[in-house]
Amino acid sequence: MNASPLHVENVSLSFGSVAVFQNLSVSIERGEFVAVVGPSGCGKTTLLNLFSQFIKPSTGRVVSVGRARMVYQQDSLFPWQTVSENIELGLRHISDDKERKRQLTDMLRLINLESFANHYPHQLSGGMRQRVELARALIGNSDVLLLDEPFSSLDYLTRIRLRNELARMLDQFPRTVVLVTHDIEEAAQLADRIIVLSDRPARICSELRVELPRPRELTHPAVVTTVHEILAELGLEQESRHAMMSPAV
Amino acid sequence: MWTALSLAKVFPSSVFPSPVDVAKGFVEEVRTGRLLDDIVASLFRVTTGFGLAVFTGIPAGLWLGQHTRTRTAFLPLINFFRSLSPLAWIPFAILWFGIGDLPTIFLIYMASFFPLVLATVAAVANIPSVYFRVAGDYGFGNAEILTRVTLPAIAPQVITSLRVTAGLAWLVVVAAEMIAGRAGLGFAIWDARNGLRMDLLVCGMIVIGVIGIVLDRILLQLTKIPSVRWGYER
Repeated sequence: MNASPLHVENVSLSFGSVAVFQNLSVSIERGEFVAVVGPSGCGKTTLLNLFSQFIKPSTGRVVSVGRARMVYQQDSLFPWQTVSENIELGLRHISDDKERKRQLTDMLRLINLESFANHYPHQLSGGMRQRVELARALIGNSDVLLLDEPFSSLDYLTRIRLRNELARMLDQFPRTVVLVTHDIEEAAQLADRIIVLSDRPARICSELRVELPRPRELTHPAVVTTVHEILAELGLEQESRHAMMSPAV
Repeated sequence: MWTALSLAKVFPSSVFPSPVDVAKGFVEEVRTGRLLDDIVASLFRVTTGFGLAVFTGIPAGLWLGQHTRTRTAFLPLINFFRSLSPLAWIPFAILWFGIGDLPTIFLIYMASFFPLVLATVAAVANIPSVYFRVAGDYGFGNAEILTRVTLPAIAPQVITSLRVTAGLAWLVVVAAEMIAGRAGLGFAIWDARNGLRMDLLVCGMIVIGVIGIVLDRILLQLTKIPSVRWGYER
């Protein structure tokens, strides 16, 4: 059987008297793109921290195979390094200067920031910085990409643009991806599988699959339907209205 | 305004020298070589005292910034000495080190060390923890975390505090030399006062002010290093 690169089994975790997880089990397949949505404070980020081995569960087992890199909620580019230097952090394992340079140039071209190679993060827009964050995490030899609300600080249009960008980058750099987000459209537009978590202690309310190749249009009927299903699952829309909804709106 | 006041004779010319008197005094001081000697003496003391404070204060701040318990233990003490005017040390400085370079260097050190430690501690404590997580994700060792994360992350704040502290050191050297010196710009001012040479006194004041500005301008150059600009531009 193909071992899942990311796997938590019967995990329980409490912070003081607050139980975050009780006997939670999640398994993520190689190359899969999984989105995790749920009410705020339900432990979505904590789940990522378990996957990245940053925190250990109180009980249960966490398996994490391969090199995982995370894109954080807050700006995490080193502000004292240029765009190139930041991305090169992902290439530290390559000792050959020429090879490093080649991969860096390719990446800068892919994210369309060739002319900003020697700029510092504070000289870029929020969307550009997030592209550099993705580039740093994807370049080199990582296997797993953990995304913690990576686009939450961006404006709506930039967010949509970056979703397409991420889909394009993953074409070139296939990875196992876990995306934690409160943006339900984002989940529906990007993920192969969406895990909806309940309030604390978080359990899996439901799992939805989206069988549609990326990049997907935001207004594609399957995406719209998935958005509705997630909202219904979170109790924010009525299940019954689903049948009446016209996908052509 | 200076000229107007001196022409109007608001104060007698013996206590309010005119620009012309001061210019003459300046020429005299330069010709005898005394001014240059005094400038060299003061600058030597400031650079030595301030340099010692930088090379001990920043490492001490780094160390305290990373060890919470030690910091809790030492911070009240450092705050106490920071609040204590370095001039209060003058009697001890003279008793311990006599008159000359050493007591002045000691006083400058006492004036600069504590603010530098505090500024470094605060800067280290302010580094967003996400930078250390990134460093872990990309396999940084301890030495690399220090040189490639901690130091560049505190650089802008530390440079600002270097400018402030150097200004402080320059203030202190003048006061210290007045009492514990036998040369230097502070001593020159005191000497001029004792000799009732108000023209030389003003000349000294101008030189002190100008050098203070020049010192700050030199340190200002540090803020123009590309890899620290981020600290001043957001």
